[in-house]
Amino acid sequence: MTRFAAGCRVRARTADPDGHTRLPRYVRGHIGEVIEVRATWPLPDEAVRGIFRDEPVYAVRFPAAGLWGSGSHSVIIDMWESYLEEAP
Amino acid sequence: MNAGHGELPVAARVRRLEERLIAAGLATDAELDDILEQVFTSASPVNGARMVARAWKDPAYRDRLLADGNAAAAELGFGTGARGYLLKVVENTPDVHNLIVCTLCSCYPTALLGPSPSWYKSFAYRSRAVREPRAVLAEFGVALPDSTEIQVWDANSETRYLVMPLRAEGTDELGERELASLVTRNGLIGTAVR
Repeated sequence: MTRFAAGCRVRARTADPDGHTRLPRYVRGHIGEVIEVRATWPLPDEAVRGIFRDEPVYAVRFPAAGLWGSGSHSVIIDMWESYLEEAP
Repeated sequence: MNAGHGELPVAARVRRLEERLIAAGLATDAELDDILEQVFTSASPVNGARMVARAWKDPAYRDRLLADGNAAAAELGFGTGARGYLLKVVENTPDVHNLIVCTLCSCYPTALLGPSPSWYKSFAYRSRAVREPRAVLAEFGVALPDSTEIQVWDANSETRYLVMPLRAEGTDELGERELASLVTRNGLIGTAVR
């Protein structure tokens, strides 16, 4: 069961975890749009500690203007479900 | 690789790391050797170029390639890595140019693109590709019209990307092999037109 679907507006979480993560700093707190549900993969933040818990992963498009304050391009990056919350 | 390679500090460090992985039961020498052999004997941008050329010639293959990259690679006999990943092919059009990067490390479909170039792993490329791709592309000699939309794909998860470049005009008569010879590694990354 996936929490988000293509077209959903989402926000990348702002938390800075203590250990390993694949949530890059440059998208934290920013709003994007889910373009596709990619697959289900173990959350790296836990897998690195030997805990393998599958989670849905979403391809999320972030407009450059939102990430950097300028630019007309977009960046698409995969987000594990734990990295996302509903956009306000 | 020179004769003294095994004496280099980096080689010793790599070997110590391998020994730790093997001791922890996370890998075996045979697995590591298989991966290296695959990289050195079969990983090549010629593979990705053949997939692109086939897609240019055969619209049904193009559709399959865009829908399921792994299956389309397998059709031509290409595996997609011992560990497996989701291969996503992104198609350039007259209006959209795609660029791939891994901002966290240097992920990339090695089997289809060959060993990654050193600039692909550089901090400069990894940080600038997502921030100012048009400037980065200009440095690679790729000048796109302002109206072309740029999409940058960050390979931060288990998805690996391959760019399908735009087919050159006036190539209708070319066969698949000749078409494949027009496609470069940088074209498959998006830092060249093809």
